Amino acid sequence: MPMTRRDLLTKIAAGSVSAVAAGCVTGTALTSVAYAEEPLKVLPHAVGMLYDATRCVGCKSCVAACAEANNLQPDTRLDGLHQAPTDLNAFTKNIIKLYKPASGDGFSYVKQQCMHCVDPACVAGCSFHALTKDKDNGVVSWHSSLCSGCRYCQIVCPYHVPRFEWEGRNPLIVKCEMCKERLAVGKEPACTTVCPTRAVIFGHRDDLLAEAKKRIKKTPGKYFEDRVFGEFEGGGTQVLYLSHVPFENLGFPHLGTESIPDKFLKWQKLAYSYMAVPVVLYVTMVGVMRKNWASHQEHMEEEQKKTGLRAQL
Amino acid sequence: MAHDGTEKDQTIAAHLERCGVSRRSFLQLCSALMVTAPVGLALTEKASALEIAQAIGRTKRPSVIWLHFQDCTGCSETLLRTSKPDVADLILNVISLDYHETLMVASGHQAEAALNQAVKENAGKFVLVVEGSIPTKEQGIYMKLAGKPALDVLKDVGSKAAAIIAMGSCASWGGVPSADPNPTGAVGVDSIIKDKAIINLPGCPPNPYNLLGVVLEFAAMGKLPACDELKRPKFAYDRLIHDHCPRRAHFDAGRFVHDFGDEAHREGYCLYKMGCKGPATHAGCSTRHFNETPDVWPIGIGAPCVGCTEKSVAFRVPIFQTVDIHNATPPEGYPLVNSQTGSLGAGAAALAGLITGAVGGAAWTTSQKFAKHDEAEITEEDTDVVGKGGK
Repeated sequence: MPMTRRDLLTKIAAGSVSAVAAGCVTGTALTSVAYAEEPLKVLPHAVGMLYDATRCVGCKSCVAACAEANNLQPDTRLDGLHQAPTDLNAFTKNIIKLYKPASGDGFSYVKQQCMHCVDPACVAGCSFHALTKDKDNGVVSWHSSLCSGCRYCQIVCPYHVPRFEWEGRNPLIVKCEMCKERLAVGKEPACTTVCPTRAVIFGHRDDLLAEAKKRIKKTPGKYFEDRVFGEFEGGGTQVLYLSHVPFENLGFPHLGTESIPDKFLKWQKLAYSYMAVPVVLYVTMVGVMRKNWASHQEHMEEEQKKTGLRAQL
Repeated sequence: MAHDGTEKDQTIAAHLERCGVSRRSFLQLCSALMVTAPVGLALTEKASALEIAQAIGRTKRPSVIWLHFQDCTGCSETLLRTSKPDVADLILNVISLDYHETLMVASGHQAEAALNQAVKENAGKFVLVVEGSIPTKEQGIYMKLAGKPALDVLKDVGSKAAAIIAMGSCASWGGVPSADPNPTGAVGVDSIIKDKAIINLPGCPPNPYNLLGVVLEFAAMGKLPACDELKRPKFAYDRLIHDHCPRRAHFDAGRFVHDFGDEAHREGYCLYKMGCKGPATHAGCSTRHFNETPDVWPIGIGAPCVGCTEKSVAFRVPIFQTVDIHNATPPEGYPLVNSQTGSLGAGAAALAGLITGAVGGAAWTTSQKFAKHDEAEITEEDTDVVGKGGK
């Protein structure tokens, strides 16, 4: 029997519905594969950076080098003359900011860029796997082809790192990717190569942590709480910080040692265990509908009697 | 010029000795060459001034023929104003300047004979330096040399040269005479001669050390130095004036001159807003000042750069027009950690709350009104329907 126009359209409709359904199922399956396990641990070959605020002189060589290495257009929107971003943005993956207390002393510079979390919230929050954590060196990077532009990553990041290209017609998510193209050819990230005081250094996370602890041990009391930020905070980060002023003054949030995905997915997993919550929700909703349906029927009959017309609903 | 004796007598070292130039002042020149042309000049890759002196000393004095076309002789003047080391003297000793209209004693037919003789004697070996642009409109009648248009003279002498150096912006691409509306159709050397090695030394005037570096490189190494896309030697023209400007700190701190003679001008602040073309101009002026006197260069004396070494800037862009900053760099100031953009102020939050409340309230009131209205309508319809049914 030849296929009719009606058959074709029906099949197309059926096909697209099943494709969407399949896509949803696969997406859910992928997410669950990635996060059904325990929170991610530090990878054996994890690379990172160590920034020591006591060594930084605020020269911004790293800001300029970052823009150049990543082909970022200098952000001159402030005065038209200087590369003067006021915050991380679509043109700025790396920025030097100043902490200046009202009293005037105890100031500090701080370098902001992606922390490359051990268990990144942005990767967990991304619905389409547009953000991934490299399985070898742990660098968190973004893939334009998979991004839907939902900006969940921007909302979920505790350090406010991923930035959305508001001006773009096909906007990008912009964040530090630790110069992954440079790493691939055996080079260091641009920012660490240009730092004149070696305030920011590149290396394996383990080595950097050892170096940071060595510095703390050498000068006890110099660094805030004799602590390395990023060793445990938010499940640990691959970019580590040393500072002489409290980390909160440098704009860091108070995070427990638990990683963000772990913290939230714990509740999510609980809700979905044995499908308990969805089933309860469904049953409740059906109950409410049934109850309403009965009262609606009664009401309808009353109306029909009153008007002598057939009910419209 | 005729030289007696052997090949050895014609070397730079031998000539300097004959002329009574001390070994010391020659070494001073060589070390100056290292300082002024630190990169891109193969000569200065030698480790010490002594080694450069040896390399140059062994070299046979290059024959140089200097032609003047539509120029102001400023390029020759800058050469003569150079004093420590005495480059004006040394350039006459180090090179064999066989023809130069303003410096030679001869005139008229005698001068013409000197040119012909120099070209004939050194055909295929001499370096031709051209100063000034060449008029091309109406077969080049706007400038004549011994009855011949400049165009023909350049084609004739240029065809016999080993290499051509276009000295100054006019010879490089037309310079002042080519400014709009360019009545004489002035062009640079490389628009006329296509089959020779040409190097451009733009500038109004260029630093004489650039010429000395190029001539000596050619004489000692037998080749011209590495050039950029505008045929400018990289050792002198690879960086922006802005990158090494002594007033750069004022630019980064946002301290600008707004009017000639104002307080900021007297303080020596940045001239960018006065139309300084430094951020768009590739030249070594900010590191190699003129006349060996510190701060003797336009920006040093408080005048904005006009961009004379750039084909598309000088004599084409108005003097007081500011240029775009192509490679913007970070300024002196810093954004504060606690001044994040995009945070919600208390006022904004209150306003948003007010609006939400107002909209909610309005919606509620409207829905109440609709409900009443509906009831009223239903009753009306009821009566109507009943009425119709009755009929």
